[in-house]
Amino acid sequence: MTEVLEAASGVDARLRALKRVAIVPAFNEEAAVTRVIEELRAFDPGLDVVVVDDGSTDRTAEAARACGASVVRLPFNLGIGGAVQTGFRYAWEHGFDVAVRVDGDGQHDPSELGAVLEPVLADEADIAVGSRFIGGEGYRSSTARRVGIRLLAWIVSALTRQRVTDPTSGFQAANRLGIRLFAADYPHDYPEAEATVMVFKHRLRMTEVPVTMRARESGRSSITAVRSVYYMVKVVLAIFVALFRRRAVPLE
Amino acid sequence: MTPLRVSIAAAIASVLLLLVVFELIRSRRLRERYALLWLLTGVVLLVLSLWRGGLNTIAGWFGISGYPPAILFAVGILFILLVLLHYSTVISRLSDQSTILAQRLALLEERFRASEDPGNRQRVP
Repeated sequence: MTEVLEAASGVDARLRALKRVAIVPAFNEEAAVTRVIEELRAFDPGLDVVVVDDGSTDRTAEAARACGASVVRLPFNLGIGGAVQTGFRYAWEHGFDVAVRVDGDGQHDPSELGAVLEPVLADEADIAVGSRFIGGEGYRSSTARRVGIRLLAWIVSALTRQRVTDPTSGFQAANRLGIRLFAADYPHDYPEAEATVMVFKHRLRMTEVPVTMRARESGRSSITAVRSVYYMVKVVLAIFVALFRRRAVPLE
Repeated sequence: MTPLRVSIAAAIASVLLLLVVFELIRSRRLRERYALLWLLTGVVLLVLSLWRGGLNTIAGWFGISGYPPAILFAVGILFILLVLLHYSTVISRLSDQSTILAQRLALLEERFRASEDPGNRQRVP
């Protein structure tokens, strides 16, 4: 049944051969999470979906379960880093070959997953990240935030000696190696930029692909004006320290 | 004026503090989140110990004419208070979270036992 659906929906044959999961971190996203899960199913009916409910106080978990997704409910809010790592641990322990991360707020468009998955399926990268800033159009967030992202992109590119245009993007795909690294160690608080440096330190292959992102439909970004100062200081400190830090012990 | 030796000693101490904090972060014994206040402490004390004229001026504002390095103590104590207050909030959050974890664990254990041994389930008379 699923196979017929997969064939009909034109799911990539290389993808169909793999055990694959979508990790959807969600914090108070009851309004958006249903649509994200439906769009994931539309992209690939054979994709397992695990929603990591990061201590929501609304009905995010119920909404996700009603759509047939697996729900991992954290007993309190761990923040995006802890939530995403929970998803990668799930993927690792359940033996998934490929994992994609699609945020529960709806800003990552699941119909773009084909592009994000391509470098991983072609075995050109262990981790592929969707970037808003390579050629693409669509939502690119506010001016102030873009300046901050450009600055981070510059620092991360210089440190990793590789062109990184969107170091804050959480729209990504990972193979078994990538899943293993992120399950063993994932940064806290605002993790993406630091994770990029970590991937480089562990000598995994990472690449960016152009994607279009959407503005969030509901809920709020976790980054408010006051927090953005803390954000920049913390992230810049973290990526510098990440360079000197010893490697994480890999999971067996 | 601040004695030169006091400035040098204070600067060395600040640099040592910064180095220790950095090493703790690097070796994963301290998270960035809890290190920021310590780093700020180190930087402020370093600036005040090297910028001798500034220390005199600030001492003047507070009416300390005899011994300007007293400002170093005052600033040091202020930052220690801030760090302690910050830690009190952190400990409060951790203790709330460990309560929740213990409760979740106990509830799961009960559910697990009940599903493992249905015959032993409490019966309503």
